[in-house]
Amino acid sequence: MMPAIVSIKDLYKNFGSFAALAGINLDIAEGEVVCIVGPSGSGKSTLIRCINLLEKYDDPGQVLVDGIHVEKGRRLAAVRAEVGMVFQSFNLFPHMTVRDNIKLAPMRVRGESESDASSMAIELLRKVGIEEQADKYPAQLSGGQQQRVAIARALAMKPRVMLFDEPTSSLDPEMVGEVLDVMKKLAESGVTMIVVTHEMGFARLVADRVIFMDEGRIIESGTPAEIFDNPKEDRTRVFLNAVLEHKQSG
Amino acid sequence: MGFVETFFNWNVIVSSFPLLLSGLRITLLLGTVSIVAGLMLGLFIALTRIYAVRPFRIFAKIYTDVFRSIPLLVLLIVVYYALPFVGLRLSPFMSAAVALTLVSAAYTAEIFRAGIEAIPYGQFEASQALGLSYRHMMVDVILPQATRIVIPPLTNNCINVIKDTALASVVAMPDLLKQATQAQALEANPTPLIVAALMYVALLWPLVILVGRLEKRFRRGDR
Repeated sequence: MMPAIVSIKDLYKNFGSFAALAGINLDIAEGEVVCIVGPSGSGKSTLIRCINLLEKYDDPGQVLVDGIHVEKGRRLAAVRAEVGMVFQSFNLFPHMTVRDNIKLAPMRVRGESESDASSMAIELLRKVGIEEQADKYPAQLSGGQQQRVAIARALAMKPRVMLFDEPTSSLDPEMVGEVLDVMKKLAESGVTMIVVTHEMGFARLVADRVIFMDEGRIIESGTPAEIFDNPKEDRTRVFLNAVLEHKQSG
Repeated sequence: MGFVETFFNWNVIVSSFPLLLSGLRITLLLGTVSIVAGLMLGLFIALTRIYAVRPFRIFAKIYTDVFRSIPLLVLLIVVYYALPFVGLRLSPFMSAAVALTLVSAAYTAEIFRAGIEAIPYGQFEASQALGLSYRHMMVDVILPQATRIVIPPLTNNCINVIKDTALASVVAMPDLLKQATQAQALEANPTPLIVAALMYVALLWPLVILVGRLEKRFRRGDR
């Protein structure tokens, strides 16, 4: 097996007496697309937020990205630069144009020149299908467009792995498709992706591996076919039934 | 004497005008120095209050609370008349500048803190996730947004500082008010006081209008 680009060992996280993560072990290989599904409060978001230490985890858990321990200290920013993240609420910088949003980190962190960063920004915007919006401000874009900018912004750092934290959950339904399409293209181009999502259709179509989480644990993981068509665990089955019924009635 | 000769005596205006102008210059200088120094100190205290380790945070909180509680006039008199007893003798201008700066910094710090805390947490997280250093996060992402929020209240604070410079006349600083009272005594006529009052209004009215416009504009969410 290829060396893991992300390696998670014995991850625990307690909020007071509530165990958000109760012992997670997980390796992600380079180029792999992993979708994490599960009920709300199951710890999926907490898990991927631990990967770039937006969330602290309890000792003695360990997260390695490309072999480097993600921990507080001087190397943290450098490790974070290798981990792209797309948030549920976009988190674009509202006082900057779309182009400047994308240029900022490559210039400040990678030391790229203004012109290199700018042409890369346009190239990435073309990739996510909105190059004509480069000089607008985030507030002038639709939610779906904003999220595509957020993806471009993360990609501009040429990260080793991309994290998606429920990227379509705050979008109007008609905009979910455009964002998922961009993510699908990324997955096909070989980007390593860890996606927390409620979009079962996307997970089935795009994931190499689907992980079902509940109560801070990985209950079951396997290929989309294994998880969706033939779940071994009752909890997985109950969850999937609930989600799919909801989809049909909704 | 009639109303005009008493309050708007042309001869008195002409003869006292140079004195009043020199007072206005000092008032402006004192105001500018105190505002700029207060801004820098205030920003530093606000950042300390939010991000420093606990003892410094507590110190910053005590600072802002104390200097917002103490009357400026009292502080000014303490600085000018009490500090010489411990060997610290400041000129009237320095005393006034120090007192105004200390108080202005406390208000400014609270304004900056509110501005920074109004920035959604996601902005910090997005900056960190991109690998930005703390300095770049603050300089490129957080402070530019906080600035928009704090400009109206900061302008308000500037108005207050300039008004409060008039208190410096009690430590014999030749500011606009002091010069006006002196000219009034000299001429035995209140016209210089009226002119000084009009000068204050002429100086600050535009700022007051500006605050109103800024508040309206930022409320609309324009950029």
